Amino acid sequence: MSRGAKQRVALKVRAAVFAALGAETRLALIEKLSTGTPRSISRLAEDSTLTRQAITKHLRVLEDAGVVQSIRVGRESLFEFRSEPLKELQSYLERVSEQWDEALTRLKAFVES
Amino acid sequence: MSNVIEKRIELNASVSRVWRALTDYREFGEWFRVKLDGPFMPGEVSTGHITYPGYEHLKWEAAVQKMEPERLFSFTWHPYAVDPKVDYSNEPATLVEFRLEPKDKRTVLYLTESGFDTLPKNRRFEAFRMNEDGWTEQMTNIENHLKQRP
Repeated sequence: MSRGAKQRVALKVRAAVFAALGAETRLALIEKLSTGTPRSISRLAEDSTLTRQAITKHLRVLEDAGVVQSIRVGRESLFEFRSEPLKELQSYLERVSEQWDEALTRLKAFVES
Repeated sequence: MSNVIEKRIELNASVSRVWRALTDYREFGEWFRVKLDGPFMPGEVSTGHITYPGYEHLKWEAAVQKMEPERLFSFTWHPYAVDPKVDYSNEPATLVEFRLEPKDKRTVLYLTESGFDTLPKNRRFEAFRMNEDGWTEQMTNIENHLKQRP
């Protein structure tokens, strides 16, 4: 894959993760799952005002962004949290942050000289 | 994890000196390492290309938002990612703001970059804005949990 293509994919993934996190209902689902215990849709619906259908829809968005994955345990489908996409976002923000540190250091040298 | 980058730096120079370094397109280019095609104008897109060694193939493109003399300079852009082969039109742009405050004869410069989640003001990341340790610890817990699962 070319560099441009790779970057395009990375951007798409990042945008998908940001978008997936962009709804409070989905954030609430992630918070429940981020305790580390995989849960079924019924289990997630128990202590929620959302219907099973609504939860299924939101889980699908989270799954597409890679923040959640479904696993089969016996006859049951469970959903579990994946931390990698969030780590990727974090390291992206760190990179941008470092680039600012360098730019501001150059600005300082520039105006103080 | 926060979705806002915030920096504060004290500069041993007057606000008018710093303002010029930020908003004169030639001076900005000197320290930012970009060759700009023309002056910054609010409401207009600034174009040019990066002069940073190794990144000369990258374009510079930013939409200038506000220029309030010696106080605020802001623009939106796609942070450090302008590869000519990539179409960014559907990607969220971020907002960069430089705020200046005089302090004796010096200048305090505040830089913020926000909007990584496409909306400048929201609570999306509030849930993740826990302290770094808490978050890291939780990540570790999750990883341990995953490892233990047969």
